[in-house]
Amino acid sequence: MHIAYLYYVKKKLGRSAGRQSSYDAKGRVVVRITYVEHDGTKHEIEAPEDRSLMEVAVENMVPGIDGDCGGACACATCHVYVDDAWLSKSGEKSEMETSMLDFAEGIEKNSRLACQIKTSAALDGIVVRIPESQH
Amino acid sequence: MSQAAVKPEDTGIPDPYSLPLDQIDMGKAELYPAQAHWAYFERLRKEDPVHFCESEEFGPYWSITKFNDIVHVDTHHHQFSSEPQIVIGDAVDFQPPMFIAMDQPKHDVQRKVVTPAVAPMALSEIEPLIRERVGNVLDSLPVGETFNWVDLVSIELTTQMLATLFDFPFEDRRKLTYWSDVAASGPQVGDNSMTEEFRLQELTKCLEAFDELWKERLAEPRKNDFISLMAHHPDMQNMDPMEYLGNLMLLIVGGNDTTRNSMSGGVVALNQNPAEFDKLRADPSLIPNMVSEVIRWQTPLAHMRRNALEDVELGGKTIKKGDKVVMWYISGNRDDDVIDRPNEFIIDRPRARHHISFGFGIHRCMGNRLAEMQLKILWEEVLKRFDKVELVGEPVRVTSNFVMGYSDLPVRLHAK
Repeated sequence: MHIAYLYYVKKKLGRSAGRQSSYDAKGRVVVRITYVEHDGTKHEIEAPEDRSLMEVAVENMVPGIDGDCGGACACATCHVYVDDAWLSKSGEKSEMETSMLDFAEGIEKNSRLACQIKTSAALDGIVVRIPESQH
Repeated sequence: MSQAAVKPEDTGIPDPYSLPLDQIDMGKAELYPAQAHWAYFERLRKEDPVHFCESEEFGPYWSITKFNDIVHVDTHHHQFSSEPQIVIGDAVDFQPPMFIAMDQPKHDVQRKVVTPAVAPMALSEIEPLIRERVGNVLDSLPVGETFNWVDLVSIELTTQMLATLFDFPFEDRRKLTYWSDVAASGPQVGDNSMTEEFRLQELTKCLEAFDELWKERLAEPRKNDFISLMAHHPDMQNMDPMEYLGNLMLLIVGGNDTTRNSMSGGVVALNQNPAEFDKLRADPSLIPNMVSEVIRWQTPLAHMRRNALEDVELGGKTIKKGDKVVMWYISGNRDDDVIDRPNEFIIDRPRARHHISFGFGIHRCMGNRLAEMQLKILWEEVLKRFDKVELVGEPVRVTSNFVMGYSDLPVRLHAK
């Protein structure tokens, strides 16, 4: 039996058994992220662990996330809205992130900077919405 | 063409490698119009990236020259204060307060009051107006004749924009250009063309004009121009006159010198790199990316200054509490640890937005999106009309360690 098929079966079983994590063909954790553009266009991306949601978006050409500073929490051009179900799991905002968000446009309670959210098994399935524009 | 290869000729400026390191003073304004600063910064980045200098002109200060070190200083605003000044020189007695030179919490409060005028939503509303004006200015240019691009295009367009942002009387708009030049000049940035007394006198006229507008706006319902936003906001309406002047100077210079010199810089860059001009003509969809590359390549403001609030270790050096720290954005933008082939102008450069011209952290340029939009529209409209903007003489650059600008750019337009 082809090894990829075994992993496919494992993945299926894992899901049906209510497992939190998914795996790629090499058995590494895969975090599924859905980015929703302002016009509703969805981008479903699978990313490895320990990457920022900004990096994943930029690498996968998701429009609307710029990440000008490269992930230093210093420009607020990766502003996203985190769906309520995921907000508490996405971690606490640092003082710097709060300051930077303060100058962005259209800030809501669930606003975050995507560079400050790291992918992990706990965030598998996370949905974030992208504002109409970054400032 | 590689900028680092530019050799200053007949300027009397020594080769940077002929000097002991401690005599390298990047505050010397004459380095910049001679384009000698590139080689100086290249040496500092390699040999002494966090560099201390006892300057005769500006006193002792640190030069931060590498991209990531600059980001570090810019993002540690609790350690590096923006007060009382954000340029290298200290004011003698004329130092109006402005929010760029304030720390939290007051900085945040004031910045938020005026931001709506240049926020993306406001910009999408004024885009058609900007495009119409750019078209009008370009249609009025003398095709086939030599003229100064700085005056007829860069200054004209940025000044029109400023007049709109302040809702300043349109016919008097060149006053804004003048006040911007006065505000951004002076001994504090190595310019000795105006005394402090003269600057104070001229800027007092600026304050008087804006005082009238303030009263007028206060009597009207609030709208989305800078003056109205300030006059109607409880956090700013009680500013004393000097603080009003300081913030006016900030907003005028912030929206003027920067975009103006990027509009000029693009012409210089494309002429020095004709293959890039060809690339642009072949694919105008590269314009947004090119705009970021122009802003990086030009770095219209060379530095921002901070003051250490505590001892800080950086790059193996100890910056002492109270020390003056100058972040050289113009050098960070040529740091090959972060930017690939940094001396080259590449309009389709990957990750072109990752430059340091706007600064980072809480003091990052708030008009960045407006600047990008103005430049984008300018080049879109230029390409619709002309085959080439040909630079037909040497650019004349201003003498400053702060504003990387041009006063004269002789060009000739080639019809399409």
